[in-house]
Amino acid sequence: MSRESTRFDRVPATDAERPDDDSEQVTREEILVFWEDRYGVPRSVFADHTFWERGAGKIWIFRGDAPSPVDIEGLGMTFLRTRQEHWKPTTDAVQRFGGHADQRVIHLDDDQAATFVAGEDQEITDWDGDWGYLVVTHDLVGESEPMGVGLYLYGELRSQVPKGRQREL
Amino acid sequence: MEVLDRYESIVDDFEAFTAACERPLPSAVRVNTIKTTVERARAALDAEDVAYDPVDWYPGLLKLPDDQPGTNWPYFHGWIYGQEEVSAVPAEVLAPEPGERVWDACAAPGSKTSQLAALMDDEGVVVATDSNLGRLSALRSNAERLGVTNVAVTHEDARNHSLKPFDGAEYDRALVDVPCSCEGTIRKNPDALDDWEYDHVKGISGVQKGVLRRAVQATRAGGTVVYSTCTFAPEENEAVLDYVLDAEDCRLVDFEIPLDSVPGITEWPGGEDGAGGADGAGSDESDDGPREFDPSVEKAKRIYPHLNDTGGFFCAKLEVEG
Repeated sequence: MSRESTRFDRVPATDAERPDDDSEQVTREEILVFWEDRYGVPRSVFADHTFWERGAGKIWIFRGDAPSPVDIEGLGMTFLRTRQEHWKPTTDAVQRFGGHADQRVIHLDDDQAATFVAGEDQEITDWDGDWGYLVVTHDLVGESEPMGVGLYLYGELRSQVPKGRQREL
Repeated sequence: MEVLDRYESIVDDFEAFTAACERPLPSAVRVNTIKTTVERARAALDAEDVAYDPVDWYPGLLKLPDDQPGTNWPYFHGWIYGQEEVSAVPAEVLAPEPGERVWDACAAPGSKTSQLAALMDDEGVVVATDSNLGRLSALRSNAERLGVTNVAVTHEDARNHSLKPFDGAEYDRALVDVPCSCEGTIRKNPDALDDWEYDHVKGISGVQKGVLRRAVQATRAGGTVVYSTCTFAPEENEAVLDYVLDAEDCRLVDFEIPLDSVPGITEWPGGEDGAGGADGAGSDESDDGPREFDPSVEKAKRIYPHLNDTGGFFCAKLEVEG
């Protein structure tokens, strides 16, 4: 069976620590800026976490620290897809940290939320915010809870909930 | 139920024991406090008319008399995780603190790993090891759904667990919830005993000894190791403790649990039928004959299904010395 790499490298803090031969290498600073500028998640939310790259562009978030590189099957949770034009947070990252977001957050009603969690695309006409990857929320027992990531384009919200997490609710 | 007859000599009220083993067990869930509170999770189940009975000794443990846990909103959000009542015992006994280094030696599919992480408020490290890659992938997705970020996953045989990835750092605590013959899960899996074989019990006992031994070695002096199984077989329980007490610098310690239990046994007639190893002829395996165990194995606890209307379980707490 094909295996992913099991090597995790800690993401360098800033440009100054980026290796010369890899201008695409994402930095901790860029990740913090991404969450803050796009979604309004304060950088303090991630103060106790380190970021790790495994394979090209897949960023993991780990509470605490470890020697780098480390050869291991998993380190914290998958967090963010980088090294592509539009970075994409994972469903699990948004569920865990998306409650801190106050920008690019689209709130769905009950029927829309069920459609989203089933993995289906849907027309949404009253969104006047930015296009791209949005934090998708709904009301659960009286509070807004993040469900995952949706891609908003041309009046349509495309569910990014992975197959294994999709449910008919 | 023939297999369980071998325990007639060690179980008081054997009739109640076998009767309980024949009763199905409802599913149960544990509330994941990394993502929500017990109150909110209960309110979310109420909102979907999912009936639940709280378990009195563990605030976030809920029995679901009519439902399976997997198809409701709180499940999707990682607020709840399917976990049987007795299976929540060993992590409670280990009682890890936020910030500690903890090893979960046989971790997949991750119910106890995520419970440990929650007890630690997702601070410190849980190193979760398993030898089966498919089951590790289940562990990873379960931990991610529950929002756990302090888990490091390793793929290896726990008997040869390496401390190298973390520069040799020893553990404060280790949970050794080993693969076993699973006799105590008969209420959940009615065919759990269909493939029972005495040779398997003896074989897996060797693996269990190796894993527990490695856990004691990898834990710092003064640290805690909890050993648990979901089986009744003394070969997989007291015999494993007896072995490691002899092989490594450690001792069994007293502990309290909020469930009724009986002490570990110090004598076992042995053999496939539990009546003295009559069928052990031709084998050199010492477990076949009558055994006397180190008297301190009485500090371990046997949880029988009829005592608390749960699955069957075995749990022991060790302190690493030296």
